Amino acid sequence: MTTTTLPRPDTAAGDRPEPVLSVRDLRTAFKTSHGIVRAVSGVSLDVYPGECLGVVGESGSGKSVTFASVMGLVKKPGWVEDGEILYRGRDLTRLSDRELRALRGKDIAMTMQDALTALNPALTVGEQILEVLRAHADDLPRGRAGRAEARRRAVEMLDLVGIPSPADRLNEYPHQFSGGMRQRIMIAIALACRPRLLIADEPTTALDVTIQAQVLELIADIRARLGMSVVLITHDLGVVAEHCDRVVVMYAGQVVETGPTRAVISDPKHPYTQGLLDSIPRLSDLSHPIRPIQGQVPELIDLPPECRFIGRCPKRTPDCRTGIDMRPAGPGRAARCILVGEETEA
Amino acid sequence: MTHMTTDIRRDAAATTATATGRAAEPPVLLRTTDLVKHYDSRRGLWGRITGRPGSLVRAVNGVSLDIRRGETLGIIGESGCGKSTLGRAILRLHEPTSGSVVFDGAEITELGRDPMMKMRRRMQIIFQDPYASLNPRKTVEDILIMPLKLHGLAKGKAARDAAAAMIENVGLKTAHLDRFPHQFSGGQRQRIGVARALILNPEFVVCDEPVSALDVSIQAQIIQLLAELKRELGLTYMFISHDIAVIGYVADRTAVMYLGEVVETGRTRDILAEPRHPYTQALLSAAPRLDEPGKAARIKLTGDLPSPLNPPPGCKFHTRCPHAMDVCRKVAPAPVADAQGHMAACHLIDGASGKAEAPA
Ligand SMILES: Nc1ncnc2c1ncn2[C@@H]1O[C@H](COP(=O)(O)OP(=O)(O)O)[C@@H](O)[C@H]1O
Ligand SMILES: Nc1ncnc2c1ncn2[C@@H]1O[C@H](COP(=O)(O)OP(=O)(O)O)[C@@H](O)[C@H]1O
Ligand SMILES: [Mg+2]
Ligand SMILES: [Mg+2]
Repeated sequence: MTTTTLPRPDTAAGDRPEPVLSVRDLRTAFKTSHGIVRAVSGVSLDVYPGECLGVVGESGSGKSVTFASVMGLVKKPGWVEDGEILYRGRDLTRLSDRELRALRGKDIAMTMQDALTALNPALTVGEQILEVLRAHADDLPRGRAGRAEARRRAVEMLDLVGIPSPADRLNEYPHQFSGGMRQRIMIAIALACRPRLLIADEPTTALDVTIQAQVLELIADIRARLGMSVVLITHDLGVVAEHCDRVVVMYAGQVVETGPTRAVISDPKHPYTQGLLDSIPRLSDLSHPIRPIQGQVPELIDLPPECRFIGRCPKRTPDCRTGIDMRPAGPGRAARCILVGEETEA
Repeated sequence: MTHMTTDIRRDAAATTATATGRAAEPPVLLRTTDLVKHYDSRRGLWGRITGRPGSLVRAVNGVSLDIRRGETLGIIGESGCGKSTLGRAILRLHEPTSGSVVFDGAEITELGRDPMMKMRRRMQIIFQDPYASLNPRKTVEDILIMPLKLHGLAKGKAARDAAAAMIENVGLKTAHLDRFPHQFSGGQRQRIGVARALILNPEFVVCDEPVSALDVSIQAQIIQLLAELKRELGLTYMFISHDIAVIGYVADRTAVMYLGEVVETGRTRDILAEPRHPYTQALLSAAPRLDEPGKAARIKLTGDLPSPLNPPPGCKFHTRCPHAMDVCRKVAPAPVADAQGHMAACHLIDGASGKAEAPA
């Protein structure tokens, strides 16, 4: 199998700082009764300090598994087959469980898609925040003073994420909160130790737009205040358009396109990105017809080396059978399509 | 009890009055008047545990609207505002508490079992969750034939032929008829749900968030399928969604619901271009925009939808409304419609013009 190394388009942009997180050629698989599911096959991406990176793709494209791999949270029957996960230069795939645990929460934190199942139903939200603080906050004094300080910080976190009367609600259980409030609590727990990198996995997918707007604004606000980087995983390109500096488009376990959000949305280079954009009804132009992508996502078992979008692509050619690596596609951009670079620049 | 009556029907009167020489509008196929559905939550498990008195869920609280033959009426609002309950009460899948539902001239809330059964043939529903709404132990053929048998319309080969024709109508193959629901993707399952609803050849279909559980590319496939079927079969839809862009795309007219009430109705394009109720304005401004990010000035709603167990007095939106005034906390606003039938129920709206007094 060919190694697919993402060209570093961002170095071309000049004076970018070193990425906080660099994923290189990540491969993660699951053993199932049907065969080995290659959930992530050769994903490379960078997250820069202070940026919000959108990771978009339909369900099953490998978004969650990619970042579960980053967090060291892939459990049997799954495993990380190959690749590097560089966090500020350190390869996380080489760390021990203990070292990883120390990093999780403190440096990198992830909120899960389904807050109700991700939160512990048997512990009050206060206990859950305190747990993170106790595990990671090394500046807490010992004993009673430490407990009081931890409690103060827990209240502060709930307040930060906009939970009314936080001191009282600290003693309540997750089921006593609405969906939007539970997402906020997950964010509060994730932020308790002020991580440099927050990975938010579909934080608003289950929420109404009015609440979605509140939660996304909260994340943007905290990002600005704490100067952290955010990876926003979503299936909604509208959310990416509104909130992300750059975007990574995933399809069937691979990155198929990446670049600055505006550029990708206004001039997509990969037919899948184009197809996604054409599928979405636009409030700004409702007379614009929506065009679905025909067919469905392939099963990620025993996939041939050909382009994974070939079965649904309106622009496919016989050459697409050979498969393709990411190709540079303009400033800070790359796409996994043989048409990239061949088109005559208009 | 004061039910705020919101009246899409004003459209009809208003349109006739303006007499712009347009072709006459098609007749009203379905009309609800002051439709109410309250659930007694004490009867459920939760109610028995808490045993709280007065736990009446006011899920639908006096909804009056018209749907004309051949049109799609969109219903939009946050989850829990009563959209599904409205759809089910109209079909009497959940018995309405009070109010009237007239379908093609017949008051259906008073129909006995057999006439209602006959009526049901003409009124069908497509559910949001294609996973939960299909019996996992039945083949697709059985699922499609069941309604035909139930209504005594066809059996044996005739029923199987109808199932085969319908499965192709929704873009699947006859080879799929022997399979079970779990052997299909979400989009394919929704196609089966559509086929099941349409096999009785209904005139009216409640589409209850039929695309909300689907990925965007598949969502577009189903929207397109529903549009094609509507055209071919001359259907009338009530299309429920929480996605205002989807509603904008599919609906001729739209009703905006908040806590069991309709707060704004009108032609979809008018509502999108000039939303009058502050709630509609907030919904619209919260929708992420693909090509004009940040364009919509964000109207921030604070907090969640209040509980329908204990709705606020006055205008139910006042607890979250950025323009709430004293009167809003006490008096429920009356619906006000303009000549185009664009109606909103808000104290900010000037009765003379039907226009909002520029809520900034
Ligand atoms: N525990 C698991 N066992 C088997 N397959 C899995 C498991 N978790 C994820 N997968 C598979 O990995 C692929 C990618 O899943 P995921 O990363 O969750 O997608 P996304 O987050 O983009 O929706 C899917 O095909 C999914 O079925
Ligand atoms: N069978 C039921 N028993 C009690 N309460 C119900 C029942 N069905 C719905 N409700 C309540 O009625 C309100 C409206 O629900 P629903 O019609 O499902 O809203 P929507 O479809 O807009 O999300 C909600 O508060 C919901 O919890
Ligand atoms: Mg996921
Ligand atoms: Mg519903």
